Amino acid sequence: METRRDIFQAIADPTRRAIISLLVLQAMTPNAVAEQFHSTRQTVSKHIQVLQECGLVTSEQKGREIFYQIHPKKLKEVDKWLEPFRKMWEDRFDKLETTMKKYKSK
Amino acid sequence: MEQKTKINAEEGKQDLVITREFDLPLELLFKAYAESELVEQWMGTKVLKLESKKHGSYQFETSHEGNVVFRANGTIHEFIPNKKITRTFEMENAPFPVQLEFLEFETITDDKSKLNIHIVYRTVADRDEVLKLPFAFGINMAHNQLQEILNKLK
Repeated sequence: METRRDIFQAIADPTRRAIISLLVLQAMTPNAVAEQFHSTRQTVSKHIQVLQECGLVTSEQKGREIFYQIHPKKLKEVDKWLEPFRKMWEDRFDKLETTMKKYKSK
Repeated sequence: MEQKTKINAEEGKQDLVITREFDLPLELLFKAYAESELVEQWMGTKVLKLESKKHGSYQFETSHEGNVVFRANGTIHEFIPNKKITRTFEMENAPFPVQLEFLEFETITDDKSKLNIHIVYRTVADRDEVLKLPFAFGINMAHNQLQEILNKLK
């Protein structure tokens, strides 16, 4: 599959991180993954789709079932773990901006 | 959406650069770093001490439900209003050594400004550990949420 998403998009979302942490333990069917979440199956399958587009998750047909699994090599690319760090600063700076705009208008 | 905050952390190096443009005049951006009451507001931490001057020092403390969860301190080496702050930063009760921070403030237009933070860590490994913190925290949060869901199902 063509990779058209950034791998950091994959880990930017908490649900997707939870899916990754599940699939790291074992390959799972779409239903088994969806059962772990409160969200609708559709939402979960959308998250899985993003993970597949990043090449982080691959699927394999076993009999009548499809199993999702982690593509370990791709997971290694996240080694720098940069996106959550960036997000932390982004949130912090957003707050700075809001605080100072309020301060200014006082 | 374009990312306003950029992080440049080259592989195998012990420093990193954080850049951000603000919809704020330079003076206001600088003030956000210089005055305790303002730091308290946007950092969400208590400022025990902040001496915004050369040879000054600072101390932050964050509590959650009455317990201190985070403490940090540092010394200010350079304090040039609306231009530059050079300081050290150290997390207390954490396995990370002190780090050196160069904060540079620039005007873009009358109501836009830029902040450039250059952080130098003791080793490459220290830098990489600090970079991983928010990711590890995110994973933990996801795990906790998952655990809560699983507990409810029991």
